[in-house]
Amino acid sequence: MAEKKNVSRRDFLKTSGIAAGALVGGGIIGGVIGANTRQDTAAPSGGEAGQSGGAETTEAVRGLQFFKNQSEFAVLQQATERIFPEDELGPGAIGLGVPFFIDHQLAGSYGENSREYMQPPFEVGETTQGYQSRLKRNELFRQGLQKMQQEAQSRFEANFVDLEGEQMDEILTAFQDDEVDMQGANAQFFFRLLRQATLNGAYADPIYGGNQNMDAWRMKGFPGHRPSYINEIESEDFVEMDPHSVGDMLT
Amino acid sequence: MATTLDKVDVVTVGVGWTGGIIAAECAKEGLKVMGLERGQERSTADYSMVHDEYRYAIRYELMQDLSKETITFRNSRNQKALPMRQLGSFLLGEGLGGAGTHWNGQTWRFLPYDFEIKSMTDAKYGANKLPPEYTLQDWGITYDELEPYFDKFEKTAGISGEDKNPFWGTRSSDYPTPAMKKTPLLSKFETATSNLGYTPFMMPSANLSEAYENPDGQQIAACQYCGFCERFGCEYGAKTSPEITVVPAARETGNYDIRFGANVVEVLKEGDRVTGVRFIDTVTFEEFIQPAEVVVLTSYVMNNAKLLMVSEIGEMYDPETGQGSLGKNYAYQILPGASGFFEDQMNVFMGAGALGMTIDDFNGDAFDHSDLDFIHGGSISMTQTGSRPIASNPLPPDTPAWGADFKKASIENYTRTLSVGSQGASIPHRDNYLTLDGTYKDIYGMPLLQLTYNFTDQDRALHKYITERTSEIMQEMGAKTVVGRSPISDYDIVPYQTTHNTGGTIMGGDPATSVVNNYLQHWDMENLFVVGAGNFAHNGGYNPTGTVGALAYRCAEGVIKYSQEGGSLV
Repeated sequence: MAEKKNVSRRDFLKTSGIAAGALVGGGIIGGVIGANTRQDTAAPSGGEAGQSGGAETTEAVRGLQFFKNQSEFAVLQQATERIFPEDELGPGAIGLGVPFFIDHQLAGSYGENSREYMQPPFEVGETTQGYQSRLKRNELFRQGLQKMQQEAQSRFEANFVDLEGEQMDEILTAFQDDEVDMQGANAQFFFRLLRQATLNGAYADPIYGGNQNMDAWRMKGFPGHRPSYINEIESEDFVEMDPHSVGDMLT
Repeated sequence: MATTLDKVDVVTVGVGWTGGIIAAECAKEGLKVMGLERGQERSTADYSMVHDEYRYAIRYELMQDLSKETITFRNSRNQKALPMRQLGSFLLGEGLGGAGTHWNGQTWRFLPYDFEIKSMTDAKYGANKLPPEYTLQDWGITYDELEPYFDKFEKTAGISGEDKNPFWGTRSSDYPTPAMKKTPLLSKFETATSNLGYTPFMMPSANLSEAYENPDGQQIAACQYCGFCERFGCEYGAKTSPEITVVPAARETGNYDIRFGANVVEVLKEGDRVTGVRFIDTVTFEEFIQPAEVVVLTSYVMNNAKLLMVSEIGEMYDPETGQGSLGKNYAYQILPGASGFFEDQMNVFMGAGALGMTIDDFNGDAFDHSDLDFIHGGSISMTQTGSRPIASNPLPPDTPAWGADFKKASIENYTRTLSVGSQGASIPHRDNYLTLDGTYKDIYGMPLLQLTYNFTDQDRALHKYITERTSEIMQEMGAKTVVGRSPISDYDIVPYQTTHNTGGTIMGGDPATSVVNNYLQHWDMENLFVVGAGNFAHNGGYNPTGTVGALAYRCAEGVIKYSQEGGSLV
């Protein structure tokens, strides 16, 4: 997909109407000039602006920050792949790095619910009152994945990761329909969390470890971080553009 | 033991739009102003990494840290209120600029009808149009009285718009900057609504169509249509926010200081006057007292109400008796609408927070309600705010929520879906109110604010009627499939709806039924002012910030007048 237009720094400054003086010491100069400098150096041949930084990092070493037991991580891999599978449009959750994204998120403030109200007393409320469990997300994920493995054993006498796709779907559906008993939380809530985390990992900026090579954005037609659409916003036609990572803003 | 600081003329609690406006106006008059902000300093330089949907829109980077403070919630008085442990239905802000940093910029003046809603409804439809449990009341001010303050706020913010709406109040001057670009997607809405006999116009926007210098000499840049407004700060300084306008204007006077990490926990009083506020340094947890001649509560709806409650200022509203005003008339926003699935791909990822077109043919009392079982209505708009891929996974009916079919359909429809939505008015009800929670506390040991709220029959009727209108518009726009939003049942605090919370510290003409007078001066404490969307006696059919800005300018005039003359201003 060729880019139709690049927004040059000069065009940007012109259209944004920011006086040059206003830029000095402001937030914009570092970002904008930095982004363009980086693009320029990434495409020394003088062709169109280079690929974003995300592509350069795809060979990075992968590892686990939260899961200790690889069999739990393997269940996560297969479950997320069923939620967002590889198909003719492009990679699924595994190919996009979603399980690594979730692992990394569970190791940090997301997994620890560190910006959420976790004070007792904990009581079971109405659905409309939202999450009331004392479990942190990383505790809920471990329990949920272990329960998936147990369901695989009790239903099919096999490991979850060795099941046929339809069998995995049957188990995921049981969670979705709240038909699996969990401790301190309910299965439906866990399923929704798992589904949302999968989408987060697929479509978040690649700086988080998912959306590898920005392929999920390519599938969807989302160009990622672009400083401006002022030259395209009035276009009658759909504008296809190569995506860029917000990592491009780093100078 | 608290440390007592030097006395100032005016202290504001919170530095967003209202705190910034009060500060700028008072400091220009020579008053010494201190802004106490529980969050941190931030500026355009802090928004260079904002094009990150996950961090800002999904993980709420700019929002309130609920581990420190939240609210509790229940649908009705016979339930036990439980803490809102995670953000969802609405997004409370934090830090310099407050919600004025992460807003979209849709900037409206409430209708003349809104300010006199009770009188006008009674006059036209009789006193029994709504059952008595709807605690509808006038605001104690008219549109014409508030017009100069609307004008002032719009000039400060440089609002881009066009005066082509036949249903809104008379304007003393045109918009400071021309309307934003009318994109091909907006033209679809314009053509469809025109065909249906309505009057579309460009939405008034705080994402500016061109660079602008406001009357305070502050510069606002031109919008780049990057599609990252709501939940984000603007890296261009092109979405008007307090930290690029009123805050620097106040600072340039030399009469204004802001103390960050200052979480106010109490308004101090002596007899029938307030003497200052007590706050806790959020880093050291040291206690300080900031004495002041005038205290202005300029935090969000929730904390303005909570501070009055924990400080025992004013009479608490009692839903059993209807007596008392503090916590009364909490309202929200009703959100009818319809989605349309189209054949061709569209540039939905481009946009701006207030890039839209609107019709007001079904807002306020622009249409006859004689045969309808509700009052008011809502503005109906199509906006192009920039769809983002995590949150936007449009699915036609009967598509599964995960798996192969989900993936195909959500990818296919991401660039092929538009929606028309309404900011529906929210009419107050006896059982919807704010009070203090008896169980849960914040990290400073103060009780959490408790919200009791549910949708009403009025809300359900309004939602159904307006959803039908939006579906008709979407049909006319040529969608191959039109899906109206599901009827509303019980209010659910989990899914995001809107950060248009109102009421609890309402304004009015009568001390028995309102917390503040029409200068936003407290009825019981003449040197205490309370300003924000909490003053709304009901919520109208628009986004609230334009009206909040006008009230803040009105309040600033009141504070200045009070500082010179003293006494009640009404």
